[in-house]
Amino acid sequence: MNIFAPVGRVFIAFLESTGRLARFTLKTVSHCFRPPFYFRALAGQMIEIGFYSLPVVALTTMFSGMVIALQSYSGLSTLSSEGVVASVVELTITRELGPVMAALMVAGRVGAAMAAELGTMRVTEQIDALTTLSTNPFKYLIVPRVLAGVLMLPVLVLIGDIIGIYGGWLICVYKLDFNGTNFLRNVWNFMQAIDIYSGMTKAAVFGFIVTLLGCYNGYHSRGGAEGVGAATTNAVVASSILILISNYWLTELFFAK
Amino acid sequence: MDTLYKVRMTDVHKAFGKKVVLDGVNLDVKKGESLVIIGGSGTGKSVTIKCIQGLLTPDSGSITVDGREIVGLSEREMEKINAQTGMLFQGAALFDSLNIWENVAFGLIQGKKLKRADAKEIAIEKLKQVGLSPDVAVLYPDELSGGMKKRVGLARAIASNPELIFFDEPTTGLDPIMSDVINDLIRSCVSDLGSTSITITHDMSSVRKIADTVAMLYKGKIIWHGSVKDIDDSGNPYVDQFINGRADGPIQMEIRG
Repeated sequence: MNIFAPVGRVFIAFLESTGRLARFTLKTVSHCFRPPFYFRALAGQMIEIGFYSLPVVALTTMFSGMVIALQSYSGLSTLSSEGVVASVVELTITRELGPVMAALMVAGRVGAAMAAELGTMRVTEQIDALTTLSTNPFKYLIVPRVLAGVLMLPVLVLIGDIIGIYGGWLICVYKLDFNGTNFLRNVWNFMQAIDIYSGMTKAAVFGFIVTLLGCYNGYHSRGGAEGVGAATTNAVVASSILILISNYWLTELFFAK
Repeated sequence: MDTLYKVRMTDVHKAFGKKVVLDGVNLDVKKGESLVIIGGSGTGKSVTIKCIQGLLTPDSGSITVDGREIVGLSEREMEKINAQTGMLFQGAALFDSLNIWENVAFGLIQGKKLKRADAKEIAIEKLKQVGLSPDVAVLYPDELSGGMKKRVGLARAIASNPELIFFDEPTTGLDPIMSDVINDLIRSCVSDLGSTSITITHDMSSVRKIADTVAMLYKGKIIWHGSVKDIDDSGNPYVDQFINGRADGPIQMEIRG
């Protein structure tokens, strides 16, 4: 009998936290559509997520584009086709690496910050203080963050796509001695609308995951500085895993035949 | 409709898991009265006021504010009731992302939808009332000392002229002189507004200064409730032990290993 007790306890704890997350998600979504709306807070979060994440997203997508160009050339050079390198860069950046890289960077930067900020507000009773000042913490703190994530991550990915392809172009032109104009023409001819909008849809989903888990872990953090630290770690680890898992299923949804 | 009582708690129970915190609390607070709840750490003082504010939901029992049942009230209705209350938190719980006047004016701007300029004027007036100069208004909470934070917290609690004010251990962590200053401020602010107040504390000098009536909470029940004048000859051994701060008596500190 004793073997089953700890297994059962873990299972029940798992169900408990899943249920709590599901309730939190529903509550957040329903508050998105009910006034009052805090546009100042939303604007602030949009700047925080969209503008201040640009450097890290630009850097990671640029190097992703560069490494894909280099790797696909060394792997596919027997085909000796400039067009293949360009199309591989375009495809991997817009469909997969752009959204995933941007989301992982935002998870590390923004998700962690949200968990730490809300966690500190929780343990110092600032969240309770909001309620006593007749301000709903979901509307004031969580809705602006989640909406900003859903709105801004697609924008970041669009910019990341351009910079990633530019990274591929740099390698092709300056390292592999391809013709730059041909590269761009190949990218343009090969590109389909679905490459872009599937990537941006993924980005919106990832933005939701990152901000929701950041807020959830912060909002439910317990036990002082240690609790806030744990909340931050959980937010980043959980959202990174969920990004990669949901990325697979979204790809399946868009492209599986 | 009961007009004599501001708050009535009837047989309120609250447990966290197996730990029973409130075990049938009955407590009436008359309008305009200053009630102080005393009791050792972990006896459920904070849980009691969190239940009245709707931050926690009791497992059973009834709580009325102005004759209106608040247990089971919707979030939105509870916000309306909270608009008539104020609270000074133990750690002041000032919003560190906002400056001092924005903190004080928070409930006026977000809750009562006042214009920022008008709210600022009121905030500075309230800061004066708690003995802070207008220069402080543009500072941030981390630039203030503990005593000043408490004053700002008090100004924020009284900013919207609430009918019911809660004070959570207002003097904890302050030196004896600053404690006395805060006690005086609480007394004067509450009587200026003609509000009802509920204070929780274990500081006996605070009790004697602030209270009209005192209620003692022990093991989740109110074991004594009477006028502050009678506290020294309550005839209750628990109260005697507590107000004289003796280690031996009927109350045994539970030391958990």
